[in-house]
Amino acid sequence: MALATITRIRLWFEDRLGLDAVKEFLAHKSVPRHSATMWYYFGGITLFLFGIQVATGILLLLYYRPSPNEAYESVQFIMTQVDFGWLIRSVHSWAANLMILAAFIHMFSVVFLHAYRAPRELTWLTGIVLLGLALGFGFSGYLLPWNTISFFATKVGTDIAADVPLIGPALARFLRGGTDVSGGTLTRFFGFHVAVLPGITTLVLLLHLALVQKWNISIPPKVEEEYRRQGREVPRIPFVPDFILRELMAWYITLAILGVLAALFPWELGEKADPFAPAPAGIRPEWYFLAPFYTLKLIPSRVWFVEGEVLGVVCFGLLAATWACLPFWASRKDGTIRTRLVTGAGVLLASYLAVFSALGYWR
Amino acid sequence: MRPTITLLLLAAAAAWAQDTCVDCHASLEGNLQAPAKAYADDIHRERGFGCADCHGGDPTAMDPEESMSPAKGFRGAIRRTEIPNLCARCHSDPDLMHRYVPQQRVDQLAQYRTSVHGKRLAAGDENVATCVDCHSVHDIRQVKDPLSPVHPLRIVVTCARCHADEKLMAKYNLWATQPEDYKASVHWKALAERGDLSAPSCASCHGNHGATPPQVSSVAAVCGLCHVLQEQFFDKSPHYEAFTELGLSGCVVCHGNHRIEHPTDKMLEIEGGTCGKCHEADSQAGKIAAEIRGMLVRLAGELERSREILDEARHAGIEVSEAEIQLAQARDNLLKARVTVHSFDVAAVGRDIEEGLQIAAAAYQAGVEALKERDRRRLGLIFSLVAIAVTIIGLWLAIRSREQRAAAPAETARE
Repeated sequence: MALATITRIRLWFEDRLGLDAVKEFLAHKSVPRHSATMWYYFGGITLFLFGIQVATGILLLLYYRPSPNEAYESVQFIMTQVDFGWLIRSVHSWAANLMILAAFIHMFSVVFLHAYRAPRELTWLTGIVLLGLALGFGFSGYLLPWNTISFFATKVGTDIAADVPLIGPALARFLRGGTDVSGGTLTRFFGFHVAVLPGITTLVLLLHLALVQKWNISIPPKVEEEYRRQGREVPRIPFVPDFILRELMAWYITLAILGVLAALFPWELGEKADPFAPAPAGIRPEWYFLAPFYTLKLIPSRVWFVEGEVLGVVCFGLLAATWACLPFWASRKDGTIRTRLVTGAGVLLASYLAVFSALGYWR
Repeated sequence: MRPTITLLLLAAAAAWAQDTCVDCHASLEGNLQAPAKAYADDIHRERGFGCADCHGGDPTAMDPEESMSPAKGFRGAIRRTEIPNLCARCHSDPDLMHRYVPQQRVDQLAQYRTSVHGKRLAAGDENVATCVDCHSVHDIRQVKDPLSPVHPLRIVVTCARCHADEKLMAKYNLWATQPEDYKASVHWKALAERGDLSAPSCASCHGNHGATPPQVSSVAAVCGLCHVLQEQFFDKSPHYEAFTELGLSGCVVCHGNHRIEHPTDKMLEIEGGTCGKCHEADSQAGKIAAEIRGMLVRLAGELERSREILDEARHAGIEVSEAEIQLAQARDNLLKARVTVHSFDVAAVGRDIEEGLQIAAAAYQAGVEALKERDRRRLGLIFSLVAIAVTIIGLWLAIRSREQRAAAPAETARE
C-alpha cells in the first residue's frame, strides 16, 4: 500500500519534472580518472565552502545589525550570547579564507593541467570572474564587524581604489558612500556582501557549472599523450556514485579542517573601530591581498613622472587582464598550447604571490 | 592693489637688506660674528625686530662709527643687571604683545622680581639667571619649539647648567643634585619616556619667571595642583596637623621632592617601608598601615588572578571582552583606594577595596565559565571529528568496494 503511494507520488513528479531523464543522464555521465584526478576536487571543495558561507551567512544575518553603533555589539552578542553563535561566526570567517585558498589552488591546477584550452575558454573566464567575486566577498565582509583592524584596512583598501586612473576618485567615493570610510560605507558594504555579490555570484557560478558540464572535465595533454602512445583510452569512472563519493570524502576532510580551525582558533573580534583614533601600527589587509599591498609599499612614491601607487594599480590591472586572457595567448594559431610558457607564467605568478604575501605578513 | 603689495614687499626686503649690523657682523669672526649668525633662527627676527631694537644704533648707516654712535642711541652689550628691564620694555607692554602673541602674559618682569634670581640680581649678584640665561640670546625660540632651551623636554638641562654646578651652588648653600634626582623621578619618566608634555618639569613646581622653592607650608598645595584628590584626603588626615606642628612639608616627607619614585604598596610597610620611618609596628598607626596595605595587596592579587584566567580564556579564543571591561573597573577601584590611602582612614579605603573585590570576583567567575566553555568546545570538536572520521572511513570503504567490484569482471575476462 505504502509502496504504491510512493510510486504514485514519484510518477506524479515524473510527469511534471521529467526526473527520469536526469537520472538517465547521470547514470551515463562519467569523468576521466588518472594520476592528476585529485586536483579536480578543489573546484568541488570551493563550491562546498561557498555553500557553507551561504548557510552560515544566513544564520549570522538573523542577529547582525549593519550600523556603526550596533555592528560591533551585534557581532559581540552573536559570539557571547547566541547558542553556537561563536561557532557560526568562526566557521563563516574561516570558510571564507579556505574558500579563497581552495579557489586559488583550483585556478593554479587548471593552469598547470592546461584545462583552460579550447573549448573551455569561457569556463576559465567565468572562473576568474568567480575568483574576483570571492575577493570582493572577502573585502566587503572584512569591514562588517566594524573593528579597528577592519576599519583601517578598508580605509587603506579604498585609498588604493582611488588610485585607479580616471575613475579612481569616483570609484573610491562610490565604495565609501562619501569622502571617507564611515557608517555609510558599512551599510554599503553590507549591501554588496549580502545582496549584490551573492546575486552575481549565483548567476556566474551556474554558468561556470553549466560550462563544466557541457565540456566535461579536461584531461591534461601529457596524460592524453601517454595513453595515446600506449594505444589505450583514458579510463573513466561513473560520475554517480564513484566521483561523487570521492568528492564527498574531500568535502568531509575539508569540514574536519574547518571544524578544527573554528573550534581551536575562533576568529577574534578585536576592538571596536574608532574613526577618530589614529590608525594603529601594522595595519594590513587579509592574506589574499598582501602581495599587491606589499608591492605597492615597495614602489617609490614617484616613478619618473607617474605617482608610484597609480603605476602599481595600473600594473596590477594589466597583470589581471593578461591573466584573464590566458587561454587566448596560450594557444598557437594551429591550436596547440604553449605549455612551457603557461607553466612558467604560472610558476612565476604563484611564487610572486607566495613570497610577497609572506614578506607582507612578516615585515 | 597688486602694485601696492609688491611695493610693500620690496620695501620690507630693502629694510632687511639695510640692516648693516647683520651685514657687518656676519663678515667678522668669533664672538663678533656669532650673534649675527644665531639671529637667523630668532623668533624676534621672524617678527621683524632687528639688532637695534635691543642694542640701539642706526642699522641703516653704512659707516660703523655712525651706526654704533651713542648719539644714535647705541648701547652696545647689555649689562646683565639691565637685561630684565630691557626685555620688559616689550614683554610688559600689553598693547605691543597683543599684536604678536595675544594670549601671552605680560607680568614676567613682576614675577621675576619676586623670584630668588630677581631678588639677588637686584642686590647686585650677576651670577644669577636672567632672561637670556634660560631663553638663550640672539637665537631665542618660542617655548613650544622643541629646540628652545625652555621647552618642557629641555628645561631640566637648562636649569642644570647652574643647579648641577656644585661650585656655583656651594656659594648659595644649595645642593647640586636636584637635576640628577629629578631625572630619576616618575615625573621625568612620564615627560621623557611617555612624551607626556603635561608632566611636571622644574618650572611646573617652582614657577618659571617667579622661580622660588616651595615653602614647607605650600608643598602640598604645589603637588595638589595636579594631585587634587590626594591633597584633599591628606588635608583631612591625622598627618596634616602632625606635620604642620612639626614643621614638616607634607607630601615631601613620604615621597621626597625631586627624586619622586613611583609609589608602591610597599611604602605602607613598617619594615623597610616609608611608614616605618616614623611608626612602630605595634603602634596604632603601624597597625592601620599594615591593615591598609593588606587590603591593597589583596585586591591587587585578586586582580592579577582574574587577569590571568581571562588571558587564558582569550588566548583560547573565547570572547571575554565584557569581563575585561569589568576588570578594568576593578583596577580603577584599586587606583581609587591608593588615592584614598592619603586619608589614612581604614573604613574609607575599605569601601573602595570591597567594591573592587566584588567586581574582580565576578570577572574571575566569568573567566572560569569561559574556560568551561573552552573545554565544552574541545569536547564537541572531538565528537564531531570522530563522526567525520567514521563517515570518511565509510566512504573510503564504499569506494574500495566499488573499485573491487569493477575490477572483478575485468580480471575474469582476462582469465
